[in-house]
Amino acid sequence: MGARSGIRHALWIAWKDLLDISRNRMGLVMLILMPLFMMGMVGYIFPSNSGMSNVPVAIANLDAVQGNASLSTKFVAQLEALNNKTGMMDLSTVGSAADVKSNIQNGQQSAGIIIGSNFTSNLKTGKQADVTIVNDQSNPQTASLIQTQLTQVIQQMGTQTATYGLNQTYKTPLNYSLAQVAPYNVQATGIVPGQTNYFEFVAPGIMGMVVMMSLMTGLPHAISFEREVGTLDGMLAAPVHRMSILGGKVIAQTTRGMMQGIIVLTLSIVLFGVVVQGSIALILGILLLGVFSLVGLGILITSFTSTEETATMIMMTLTFPMMFLSGVFFPISQMPQFMQVIAQFLPLTYAISALRQVVVLGVGVQAISRDIFILFGFGIVLLSAALLAFERAMKR
Amino acid sequence: MADVAIKATNLVKKFRDFVAVDHLSFEVKKGEIFGFLGPNGAGKTTTIRMLCTLSSPTEGSATVAGFDIAHQGNRVREHIGLVSEKMIMYDRLTARENMRLFGELYDIPRDALRERIDKLLQVVNMEKWADHQIGTFSTGMKQRINVIRALLNEPEILFLDEPTLGLDPQSTNEIRDFARSINDDAGTTIILTTHAMAEADMLCDRISIVDYGKIVALDTPSNLKKVITGADTSVIELDVPNITPTLVSDIQSLSCTQTVTVEDETHIKVHASGDESCDNVIDAVRSGAGQIRSIRNVEPTLEDVFLYLTGHEVRAQVADKVTTKEPRSRHGARVQSRIR
Ligand SMILES: Nc1ncnc2c1ncn2[C@@H]1O[C@H](COP(=O)(O)OP(=O)(O)OP(=O)(O)O)[C@@H](O)[C@H]1O
Ligand SMILES: [Mg+2]
Repeated sequence: MGARSGIRHALWIAWKDLLDISRNRMGLVMLILMPLFMMGMVGYIFPSNSGMSNVPVAIANLDAVQGNASLSTKFVAQLEALNNKTGMMDLSTVGSAADVKSNIQNGQQSAGIIIGSNFTSNLKTGKQADVTIVNDQSNPQTASLIQTQLTQVIQQMGTQTATYGLNQTYKTPLNYSLAQVAPYNVQATGIVPGQTNYFEFVAPGIMGMVVMMSLMTGLPHAISFEREVGTLDGMLAAPVHRMSILGGKVIAQTTRGMMQGIIVLTLSIVLFGVVVQGSIALILGILLLGVFSLVGLGILITSFTSTEETATMIMMTLTFPMMFLSGVFFPISQMPQFMQVIAQFLPLTYAISALRQVVVLGVGVQAISRDIFILFGFGIVLLSAALLAFERAMKR
Repeated sequence: MADVAIKATNLVKKFRDFVAVDHLSFEVKKGEIFGFLGPNGAGKTTTIRMLCTLSSPTEGSATVAGFDIAHQGNRVREHIGLVSEKMIMYDRLTARENMRLFGELYDIPRDALRERIDKLLQVVNMEKWADHQIGTFSTGMKQRINVIRALLNEPEILFLDEPTLGLDPQSTNEIRDFARSINDDAGTTIILTTHAMAEADMLCDRISIVDYGKIVALDTPSNLKKVITGADTSVIELDVPNITPTLVSDIQSLSCTQTVTVEDETHIKVHASGDESCDNVIDAVRSGAGQIRSIRNVEPTLEDVFLYLTGHEVRAQVADKVTTKEPRSRHGARVQSRIR
């Protein structure tokens, strides 16, 4: 029984496992549905700025002065013109402040704008005019976004009005007037050109998370379940090295994890408009290292448990905190100190951070060499531990 | 030593403090069908698992096909085939794929393997189903594949752990005939565990009766039955339409009675010793107002042997069906010394 036949055995065992996976139709469908569902959900929970469009907004013009002399009508027209360009809001006019409130309450609109009754007269007598933005407190995430955006829009309109006023009154040139009204021109820019959407931030995280979840459910089935139903005995009673059995399992599960990762990557590029800045090969390489660590961890756990049920339970218990602590949704640097410490011991943390740098920032191998090195270490340690634990578990 | 297939010396298996197998020593000759007969939890499966290198003994040693189970595991595994209690097959693979996988694990050359698979499928009449997934098979069909799967490597020694459990009478007979023919044709040594007495009786050359991890008796079926007759014990079956608990305890309290078993609503089986035993039992039934429809002296079956040796029934753990006069250990000990 040389090394060659050992590898052959491992490949046959992997063949068997993969055949088994590929014949489970429901399982295959879930391989695609799960990431779709996750990404859709994450996109919904955390709407991105640039992704905000057609937010239904109610507008109530309570200005006493209507018609040609009304400055509020002009204001609304200006707002509509601006909105036509960005498509951010879906404006509809309502009659009163009470209507705005009730429309938000019954979910018809997500926010409202109320123009005060003294709008025209205030402006004409040199006072500030009132515009109230009404928020939907039941949806704080959207509310704060809309509020920021609306405030910005209205302030921008105010600046324009003031600039125009200066220009009319004192005949100062338009750009000089603008500098007087708004002396600071603030602009934000990222490292890579173009807008990033939130998906680009979460896509690497989701990739890590979905791969982890599919492995953590696949491994108990591949090992504990086989032991439980007794089929593992068939391999153990054959002249097959324990390493070959473990190797077969690792190959099959790694293939499965990689497939899952590639599916997530494809979905995020094709359906969610993620632009990958770095090299795809590098992404797959990082994914592979991450998968090794996860498979090692999974086998380690399943070796210590006797049934698929317990194994799955322990896996789920571990998966959940790993998901949050490894920076899938929130940057680790924003977490409390002790969580940051825990995060340092999770292989997924490094995989996700490296993936994110490659996907979003387009860095090369050198920039993430530390992450890769650590992932490598995790992989070796966890797989060796898994081998020992598996070896021991088989002799019970 | 050349004719010894298995030699076990003082095998012990403990699960924590629980002793599942208690100092088992026995020898199986080449070409023999050797039976382990015992109730649930007797330690049959545990013994088989140790011999197949699936579990390591707590104490003791054994050689299988001439190789030490502790140190030459792989050599042992090359020479054995295992049909375990749980079927060793993957539901989503076809019959052929399952066999292919295991054939490859035994390093059987590809062409030889293909031939062997076809031949084995033919023997059990399953060629038609070769390319169907196992999950769609009936239990009987599954078991046929499961058994031929264990024969792929043409093992010297075949372990059959309750191979007919849960099968209908027809499939049961097929499997038994098949086991017989493997033994006849290829000379394969077979280790069979069962708690079906008839199965052990018809198949096995020698039977070891195990109970609580110990061998209580080890001999050929006919010699085992002689234990009862030789011990001057007769097996009496009475057909009594009106059995009452008092009646049973009356019979039980007779000095000649060893065990009383209520077999069904109208039948009582009594193990009794001595020349007068039949008369005494009849008197007891009559004085207890029992009506005797018929009475006969039956040939002891293995079941009776087991009952006699262990003091409890093999199949049913239904305590209220069995009433034992003497503690089981005394019976066991007495007979064991007689056998040796
Ligand atoms: N892995 C284990 N851990 C703890 N106890 C065990 C284990 N395996 C078996 N046992 C115990 O050892 C005893 C013998 O079990 P075994 O399976 O060998 O019995 P058996 O004779 O095969 O019975 P059956 O007719 O039910 O198959 C049982 O009491 C069982 O509970
Ligand atoms: Mg058993």
